[in-house]
This record gives sequence, C-alpha cells and structure tokens, in this order.
Amino acid sequence: MKICVLVKEVPDAAVEKRIDPGSKRLDRSGEKNLNPFDTHAIEAAMQLKEGGAVSVEEIVAVTMGPESAFRALHKAVSLGADRSVHLTDDALAGSDVAATGYALAKVLEQESPDLVLLGQQSDDGECYTIGAVVADHLKMPSLTQVIKMDVEGDKLRCERQAEYGYDTVALSLPAVISVGDAINEPRYPSLKAIMGAKKKPLDTKATGDVGIDVGQVGETGSRTAVLAINPPPAKEAGEIIEDEDTNETVEKIVNWLDERKLLA
Amino acid sequence: MASANGNGKVAPAAFPPPVDSPDEFIKRGLDPEDEIIEIGVAIVGGGTAGLACANRLLQLLADDPETLESLGEVPVAVIEKAKTCGGHNLSGAVVRPEPLERLFPDLSREDWRKEGFAFGEVDKEAVYMTPTAKQSLRIPTPPPFKNHGNEVISVAALARYQQRIAEENGAYLLTETAATQLIVEDGKVVGVRSGDKGRGKDGEPLGNFEPGTDIKAKATVLAEGCWGHLTGPAIREFDLGEGREPQTWELGVKEVWKVAKPLDRLIHTIGPWPVSTSKKYGQVGGTWIYPMKDEKTGDDLVSIGFVIDLDYADATTSAHDLLQTFKTHPLVKKILEGGERVGWGAKALPGGGYWSMPKLSMPGAVLVGDAGGMVDTVALKGVHHSINSGILAAEAIYASLKSGSSDFSSYEQAIEQSVTGKELWEVRNTRQPFSKGFFVGGPLVNFFIATKGKLPVRLPWHRQDERPMFIGKTSKKYPKPDGKYIFDKLSSVFITGNATRDDAPNHIRVQQNVPREVAETWKWMCPAGVYEIPDDAPETGNVDVIVNYTNCVQCGAITAKGGRLTTPEGGDGPLYQNT
Amino acid sequence: MSGILTYALHYEGAFNKNSLGAVSEGAKLAKEIGGEAAAVVVGGDDLTDELCASLGNYGATKVYRVKGPEGLGAPVVDAMAKIIGDDGYSYALFGGGLLGFEIGAGLTARLGAGVTMEVTAVKAQGGKLIAERPILQDSAIVDVDYVGEPGIIIGRLNAFDTVESGGGAAEVVDVEVSFEEHSSRAVMVQRGEQRGADVNIEDADILVAGGRGLGKAEGFELCESLAGALGGAVAATRAVVDAGWYPYAAQIGQTGKTVAPKLYLAAGISGAIQHKVGMQASENIVAINKDANAPIFEFCDLGIVGDLNAIMPKLTEAVKAKKGG
Repeated sequence: MKICVLVKEVPDAAVEKRIDPGSKRLDRSGEKNLNPFDTHAIEAAMQLKEGGAVSVEEIVAVTMGPESAFRALHKAVSLGADRSVHLTDDALAGSDVAATGYALAKVLEQESPDLVLLGQQSDDGECYTIGAVVADHLKMPSLTQVIKMDVEGDKLRCERQAEYGYDTVALSLPAVISVGDAINEPRYPSLKAIMGAKKKPLDTKATGDVGIDVGQVGETGSRTAVLAINPPPAKEAGEIIEDEDTNETVEKIVNWLDERKLLA
Repeated sequence: MASANGNGKVAPAAFPPPVDSPDEFIKRGLDPEDEIIEIGVAIVGGGTAGLACANRLLQLLADDPETLESLGEVPVAVIEKAKTCGGHNLSGAVVRPEPLERLFPDLSREDWRKEGFAFGEVDKEAVYMTPTAKQSLRIPTPPPFKNHGNEVISVAALARYQQRIAEENGAYLLTETAATQLIVEDGKVVGVRSGDKGRGKDGEPLGNFEPGTDIKAKATVLAEGCWGHLTGPAIREFDLGEGREPQTWELGVKEVWKVAKPLDRLIHTIGPWPVSTSKKYGQVGGTWIYPMKDEKTGDDLVSIGFVIDLDYADATTSAHDLLQTFKTHPLVKKILEGGERVGWGAKALPGGGYWSMPKLSMPGAVLVGDAGGMVDTVALKGVHHSINSGILAAEAIYASLKSGSSDFSSYEQAIEQSVTGKELWEVRNTRQPFSKGFFVGGPLVNFFIATKGKLPVRLPWHRQDERPMFIGKTSKKYPKPDGKYIFDKLSSVFITGNATRDDAPNHIRVQQNVPREVAETWKWMCPAGVYEIPDDAPETGNVDVIVNYTNCVQCGAITAKGGRLTTPEGGDGPLYQNT
Repeated sequence: MSGILTYALHYEGAFNKNSLGAVSEGAKLAKEIGGEAAAVVVGGDDLTDELCASLGNYGATKVYRVKGPEGLGAPVVDAMAKIIGDDGYSYALFGGGLLGFEIGAGLTARLGAGVTMEVTAVKAQGGKLIAERPILQDSAIVDVDYVGEPGIIIGRLNAFDTVESGGGAAEVVDVEVSFEEHSSRAVMVQRGEQRGADVNIEDADILVAGGRGLGKAEGFELCESLAGALGGAVAATRAVVDAGWYPYAAQIGQTGKTVAPKLYLAAGISGAIQHKVGMQASENIVAINKDANAPIFEFCDLGIVGDLNAIMPKLTEAVKAKKGG
C-alpha cells in the first residue's frame, strides 16, 4: 500500500492572526508550524505501517505552499514519512479551498496512492473540507472526522461521530480519509529522525509539472471574492443581579430564561 | 490573605528544593556509539549569545573547508527548548551596536529595522526620579543611562533573524528540544543529552514516550541564559565559581504596547516609587520605557518594563504588579493611554556583575552570554555582551579545534580584553551598595559610577535565598486589574502563547510544605501565578503550596528564591514575539 | 439560472434540525432574489410522499427525491450535481453538520463552483446572495460574494433558524441518478450508534459548567441536577479537570473544547480568558459567582453575584416547576 499524507504549514496557534488589509486574506507571515491535525494523519499512517495488517511500502508527505513550507515536510518526515513532495508556484498564491483541493489532487494523481490521509482541519483556513474536494477530483470515496480506522482486507473500516451518533463505514481503497484528533496520540520524533529529515528525498514541483490549469487556481482562479471584513456584532452589556433574597433571585433567573425560550 | 506583620522572618534557603544537582544533571559517560548522535559544536540555547556563536562559527568555517569537514556531517547544532528561537527571549532592550555590526558587517542599521528586530536609533532620552505616585522629576542623565546612538531592539525578534541566518548557512536548529544533562567523561565535557518527550504529570512514560539522545560534541557552548539548567551544575562540577561572589538575580516584567502617538524619547526611571525606600524591605528597582517603530507594520510601539533585584525581603513584592502600579503614574498614562497591550513577558537576569561571573571555560565547554553573568545591571546592558561573548567563543573554539585541541581557555582572556571585560570591570562595584537602601545606597552607587571602577575594592554579594522574608505591605498598593490597562497575571500568561501541555511533567522543584512567609514570597514573586496558597490554609505556620506549573513562562526567578526551575519538555512555554 | 437548492438530511422518519433551518433560510432567500426554493432528499423507502412534502411547511416548493444510500456524502453530490445541471439553480445551501460540509465541498469540486463554509448569515444584495462567515476564531466577519454560478453556501452549526412558514405541501419529484463508480465504494455498516460513556458537550444546546467555585468534586452534583432539569449537559473548566473533579472530555476552553450552545450557565467559574475562548460564542451566558469582580461578569448576559450552593438547588427546583407545570 502506498499512503500519501497531505500536510500544511499553518501559522502557529500562539501567533496573533491578522488579515492583511491589502489582499484581505490571512496574513501568513510570522511563525509557522506543521498543522497539528496533520500530525495525527501521519501517526495514523505510521500505525498502519507498524500494525502489520497491511504492507505499507511508502508514506509520502505532500504539501502545497510557499517556499517555507518545506519545514512542514521536514517535520512530517521526522515523524515517519519516507519522502516528500512540495508543490510550490507563484500562480498558486491566494488559492482558496476549492483551488487548493484541485491542485493537490493533480499532484496525487501522479503519485497514485492507495490511501490519502489528512488532518480534519487546519488552524488557519477554518474550512474543514479539503479532503472532500480532493476526493471528488480523484473519484475516490472519502470520509471526514474519522476517529478510528482499521484495515480489513481491501477495505478500510472507519468510525466517526456524525449527526446522529457514531457511524461505521466501510470504504474500498483507494480512498481519502480526514482524521480527527481523537484518533491517536502522535509520537514525538526522535532527535535522529529530526536531524535525518533533511536527507530524505524532497521533490519540488510547479504547476506545469503536474498539469495544473493555472486559470483554476490562485487569486484569479478563485470563485469567491471577499467584499468586506467587519468586526463581529458587539455584544450588549449584561444584567447583574446581587443575590439577597434567593427565592426572588431564582424567580428572576427563571423568567429571564423563559423570555429567551430556553426552558422549552 | 497576608498574615500579621513581623510574624517571624524565614529564609527560603532553609527549604531547599528537592533537586540532586550533580546526579540529575550530569551524565557520566556516553551511550553506545550506535545510539548517540555525533556532531561538531553543540550550542545549548538559541538566544542572542548562542546564535551569535553559531553564526560566527559558520562564517569562519565557510572559509575553511578542511576544518569544516573535520567536524563531520553536522558541524554546528543549536539546541533550543522553545518552539522557535526567540520564543523564550525577553529584554528591554537598548543595545550598543558595535558587536552586532561586527557580527554582520554587511547589514546597515536600516537593514536591521527592515528585518524586523530593530526599532529605531536613540535620539532623545530622559531619566526621571519618581518620588511619589504622581510626581516625576527629570534629572540629568547619569552616565550609565546615556544611550544616544544605541538601537532599540527586540531579542525575541533578533533570535528569529539569527536563526534564519544560521540555518541558511548550514546550522542544524534543533528547536523544541531541551538539553537535560551535561555529559562528562574523564573530567571533560563531551556533549549533552536531549530531553525525553511524552512523560506524564508524575514523570511516567505516556503512550508516545520518546527518550532523549546523547549528543556527542567536540565543543559545547552553554548559552542557556540566566542561570541555565546545565550551567549551574557545570559551575559546581568544575568549580567555576571558586573565588567569586555568589550570583544574584533580578526579575524583569515587560509589556509591549501599540500606542496612538509615538513616544519621542527613551525613558528610564530610577524610583524610588513604586518600590519602598525602607532598607527593611530591601526593594531595589527601576523601569524603562522605550519607543519602538515597527517598520514591517508601520505600528508605533512602546516597550515598558520594571526590573527588581530579587534580594527584597517583603514577601508580597510582585514585579508584575509593581509594573502595573508603575503604569498608574501620570508620566506613563500620558504615553500608554488609548493604546493596546500587544505583548507581555517576564525573565530573570544575572545581577552580580563582574565579581559574580564564573570562570568562563572548562575542559570541552564554555559559557557565553547571561549564562556567564555578563550583564551590567546599572545600565541594563547585556545584549551586546551576549553577542560579543558569542563571537569570541566562536573564534576561540574555531582556533582550538583547528589545532586539534579542546582547551578553550583562550576565550577567557579574549573576554577580559574585550569591551565586555572592560565595561563589566568598570562597573563591578556599582550595584552592590543598593543593598543599603535607596538613600544610603544611592549616593554610594553614584560614587562608584563616578570613579569608573578605579578604586581597588571588591564589594561582596550574598545568596539571595538566604535573605529572611517577612510579610509586609507592598501588595496594598497594587491596582486592581481592569483587563484594559491594568492586567492580571493569568490573562498576561495567555497572551504569551504559553502552550504547555496540560499533563506535562512538573519541571518546577520546590518543597511543597513551607512556612507561609516563603509560600507568600513565591506566590507574589512569580509573574505567571504558578504558586498558589489554598484558601483554607492556616494563617500562620506551614502551608501547602499548589504549583500550577503549566502557567510557567520559564523566567527563572524561582531559582533565586529557594526553588529550582529544571528543564521543561521541549516545545513548551511561551512564544514571545516582540519582547 | 435561479433558485436555491437545499439538502435535507433525514434519519428515522424525521428531518435534521439544521436541515430544516437551511430549508427555511433557502425559502426566505429565494423570495428575496427570485427563483424556486427546492430541497433534495436522498434515501430509501422511509422517504414517504408525506414526509417529503412536509418540507413545504418550511417554505420549499419542490422536493427532489432520490433513491440512494443514506448518511453518506458522495451519492448526494452526484444527485445535486445532476439536478443543478438539469434544472439550473443559482445556489446550493447546506445547514450545519458534518454531511453538509462533505457534500458541499464535493459539489464545489464537481461543479468548479465557489464555496463558503461556516456561514453564519446570508443576505440578499442586488439579486445575488452574500455569505457572511467569521474568521480568526470569530474575531472578524467577512462578506463573501460568488463569481459565477452556482454558489455553494455551507452554514455553521445552528446558524439558520427553523421557520414554519405555513406553505402547503411541496411538490415531490422523483429523480433517477446514475451514481459515480466511487460513490458506491463507501458503504454504511452501522449508523447512529449511541455511546453512553462519552461526554458529548459540543452538540448540547444547554450546558451547565462548573469551576473551582464549586469547592469540591461533589459540587458537580449541583451542576448535574440543574443540567438535568434544563435538559442539558455538564461541562467543566481546566482547573477542576486537573483536580480530578470531572472528566477531560467535558473540559471547555483553550485546551479543551469549544462550544456555542444556546445557553451556557457557568457556576463558580471566574471567566479567565483561557476558558472564555472556549465558550464566548454561546448565545446566552449566565454566570453565578460569589466574587463580584470575576471577569465572567464582563461578558455574560446575566450575572448573579451570590452563593451557588444556595442558588443552584433552588434554581433546579424552579426550572422543573416551570417546565412541568
């Protein structure tokens, strides 16, 4: 089995995120890190490899991002990926989730994996769906928010919490799975693995190398436009009651809740 | 919450932390060869000094392929416990430019600002006395505070810049990695051991436990900053403190503000307010307010901080709250009001000066920067010494390794003869007199400054944790937090981006049942609110101390007052951006 | 093209709450920009004429019924792509929830469309729809316009109100969809399994959260009684989880879960910012704390300064009485 893990470099959670007033998109300068959810995806790949139920020949980390994104790939490799692929091209700058999913699918087409894993969300985009976009382009079945995954023959048995409780779904490979953070506890890389990461093969690809139609990506290819960025609606100041007569206080609370239909 | 005044005087030193220094932090001998990593030069600490050393080394090696090759696959590695270099770095800072100019001769001051670590050359400056909460009195600028021509920088930002340069030039930056043990073999430092990852609250290995690794190095540079975790054990192991005064520390708490109108001058205040002038209280402290022009964003920022000598005796002394108190002064309100706080942090710094500096080299290793105590705490200048010592260490190590030796003692002489040695020698007696209180000490300090170190005198220090503590009245003056101008500790810790794992092992060592005076000392001292006394603890006698170690921003103050900050799990702690 | 096509998820004979919200919203918006408000349902025999037509109550005038597997995204993508291709719709709208995201995203890829997710409000402007979505952890809201058609709108959980507009039965139209090969490669083995031990606080409409002010682990009994009376779940702050008073799965805050229930009642919680970020988006925040200076009083909607040990039991009884009577 060949597993591709989609990873992303995102601004560190501790860094104050801001919108670049010029482009009206997220200002991605500043500290970056491998998207924490992606570490769960890599761990899931490693557990499949070490689990023995299936033979995993290769785990490939794939990312689309600016030059600096190679760090995310190094981290992915230090966690166990065998090699990595970096899709980077100026034409891709400003790509939204649809364009990014399309571009990644083109890279994956070339890699022809049996299983594509990724984290269920990234800290910055807050879109939660790139797996589904990629899967449709690749014509593969997919699931998001998977918290348990087992190989059974040529099928993947997955569990996830959906609208009505836990669903168990069996998928025939090849498939695209977005994993939730509850699926596993990612390992820490050993120092040797961290230092050896630089030596593992890293292929850099541009849009032309994988047949991406530049008209479909980047700022120009975007099918949405941000018109305005506004502050959130201001919250009205609340009402404060000092409890002196508890019975009276409680009555006030109940009325307050009732007015807001919270006692339905 | 404070118990009755004058209720016994207790020194924290009587309650030493449960730490077994030599055994815990010194590893005798390396693991088998196939398990270790072998590198050229190991630099422990990716701060100002460590990275200056790395960058200077790489410059020298770039012109000497033979020596470069002799150092193997990994000629230079920097081991940094924060998520990224700079994450745990904090300083004022107004820096004398020459060492940085020497390190990067192709960069202009304007380049520094474009890179985002420098914020303007000092033009106007002023020093004030603050006799009361409302008054300020401008005084002629005393010599240590003359900063004209110096540059306001952020060490957190400088470290990020230096990290990038070091990486581009071939250094391995091992961030999120703590160095937990010094490896000593046959009386020589042969490397360091990296920390374990994935231990639980009580140190038990969790599911994803990954043990550390021995890193064997031909040369080890301890650049851990203020009282580094391995520096202390190294000093003890190799008797580097022999014949010197004990080290003393100060604690600085800083905020960075975005302001509506740019500050037009560099300001220092020398008190006495907000500290007490009483000798009994032993409070010696001052403040800074520096203008910062951020060229990347166009923002006008201000760096404001309060520094206090940790030798104080009133347990309710809190550097964080004294900074908040200072902000209520009209002088400060004029500058900050209408602005927005965008940063906060805290860090201890070595205050002993020349007499407390340990011997700077040992077989196989050297000390650079704050780890070597190279700070002039009257002028609040240590950054240029950090850079200078990093450069000199690199040059000494390079010369020795080139000739196949691991004796780096030439570094010590180089320091003595450099601007660092000379400046620190000149001010070597200027801080000690403050222990006599503001009114007696003040003039004495001035006397020693004026005589420029020419008097052949050596003024002693004593260990700060031996100072008996009492519960006094300092806390009564602290203003109440309002979340907009005056801030509490918890929300301050929050904005540092502190990302310590909830079930990480406890890296703070203190005795957990101590007299109230000691417990109160820790509670008030800690800027991050780590130490708490339960509401139902007895008013007098011993109390149990709750240690909320996940709040810790690793400032290091606890080590000065009876506890010990040990190496946390790498990747934890704050992520300072512009401090 | 015109009109709005909404996906309605169903389970065991009833439509999903968020789907009904989306249908209501679609109906409202279709009135404003013109065109039909239609819904698509995918499932088996339980999709009776009556059930499907009932979407008319919420403003849908036409319901496309497709025979296919339930609870999976790809078949719905195939269905909606066909319907939009055949009948032309300007917008596809989804209520909050996992499937809405998966289907909306798959449809985006299939049709090369523009998509906005986590939408909290939609407004009509000049015959087109503008989607509003929060970004940067709710610290700002962006207005998003679509280039070309269709535009895909995926709502945030609980963003759209369910409105029974009293329209008559919707027209039910059966549609034959030939599914893509990969759409049958995911097979539902078991759907909707309930697991008791897990504490699910993220979906709760009402949460009663306890903090240090409870005083001791047993203090959570007060929270559980009140939550029971209100029909909600119990959550906890990091401090008490650390102290072992309540399980980690119920923890809210910077290192726990983020919730946005209709009612968040905080008992003995100071409201420090690490906790606040996990629950500040709650619609109604009520706080009970004996410390008048607790930060939570800055951002709650109703704050009671008093002893929770005295207030909570009485409140529980009063709530029961109000609901029962």
